[in-house]
Amino acid sequence: MRVRIAYAFAATSLVAVPAAAQELSLSVEIPRLRVAEYHNPYVAIWIENEAGRAVRTLDVWYDIDLRGDDPEKWLPDMRTWWRRAGRSMDLPADGISAPTKAPGTHRVAYRQGSRPLGNLPAGRYTLRVEAAREVGGREVVSIPFQWPPRSNASATARGDAELGAVRLNLSR
Amino acid sequence: MFAKTSLYAISLALGLTTLIPSEASAHRRWLLPSSTVLAGDSETITVDAAASNELFVFEHRPMPLDSLVITGPDGESVTPVIIGSGSYRSVFDLPLTAQGTYRLALVSDGMMGSYELNGERHRFRGDASEVPAGATDVRMSRNSSRTETFVTLGAPSDTALQPVNSGLEMVAVSHPNDIVAGEPATVRFLIDGQPASGLEVEFVQGGTRYRDNAGIQNLVTDAEGELVLEAANPGMYYLEASSSQDGADGEPDRRSSYTAVLEFLPL
Repeated sequence: MRVRIAYAFAATSLVAVPAAAQELSLSVEIPRLRVAEYHNPYVAIWIENEAGRAVRTLDVWYDIDLRGDDPEKWLPDMRTWWRRAGRSMDLPADGISAPTKAPGTHRVAYRQGSRPLGNLPAGRYTLRVEAAREVGGREVVSIPFQWPPRSNASATARGDAELGAVRLNLSR
Repeated sequence: MFAKTSLYAISLALGLTTLIPSEASAHRRWLLPSSTVLAGDSETITVDAAASNELFVFEHRPMPLDSLVITGPDGESVTPVIIGSGSYRSVFDLPLTAQGTYRLALVSDGMMGSYELNGERHRFRGDASEVPAGATDVRMSRNSSRTETFVTLGAPSDTALQPVNSGLEMVAVSHPNDIVAGEPATVRFLIDGQPASGLEVEFVQGGTRYRDNAGIQNLVTDAEGELVLEAANPGMYYLEASSSQDGADGEPDRRSSYTAVLEFLPL
């Protein structure tokens, strides 16, 4: 996993922006894989504090409508997320649980003060994205960040197998 | 020479039988669950019960399930679905309908002993009432054994993990379904409710058939009965310990053994 952090100083950073505009958005690339049996991966997106504790789960993409089987059965395959957050959550969760996504790049955005980000206190955090695929592998990609951002910033990390580029954008 | 040999043979046989609570225990005894960490409103796991040399290979004999005790997250007993016993293993399913941690155990506890009558050594199961008049050199022991594993639906809980305070047992300091490879896990051993200090514990990863060196870790508990388990690789691990105390003033000897299967997941 490689992480590249770049700070983009936009003209807007000179202008006072109301706190409500603080936003954390990311794009997650699910790579197209040539395998005999392909299923969309399960993906969990969460934030950990400096102590490594999960403080927010932002998104969980899984088979929420799985028929004839328990939709939550395979959630522990996202082992890191399951241990740090998932097993203590009540699922499905409004605004967090969502269907799996097909290969491609998917964008999600979270606003300070709104669920599921809520009021994230100032501090140093790590964004984690974990993917686990049925009859496939598992991978976690991490991007450290500071909240609230002093300026608009972005950082990219890339998975080697189950995740492509994960890009985090912070806007103040 | 002959007399000496047979005496030796007798004492050896006695030593073995009194040390060993169940007939299968010369081998490793284990309960191997299909999963230890599960999710959802309800789930079912399946469990193999066997005694073997290699881990976790069905090669010697099945473990009987009549002594199976399953404690659910609320501390109440849970009824398994017994599938049956084959030549090498027993199998049962366990429906998990409540959130939390389940403790699965094969438990035995009983008295046995031996005495000499008319120049012959006799062995028996049961208490002192089994000893006939005129018997001499009576030896008795109380034998306990416990073979365990743990599974959790949802978040781990502690109710099922409360010590039973009988025989040798492991009490989790690190929760047994919250352990991962590369992170030290602390466990505590109790003998009849008291810390089992200086206890020798064998800790080994499954898959021994495929390794020339089994890689057995020989660990010893500290004064509080605690030790740290360190698993470099994710996988199912086997843990075994036994303790033996000679009875004072005609009290029966106390012999106890404990085995467990723990899963160290990758993180």
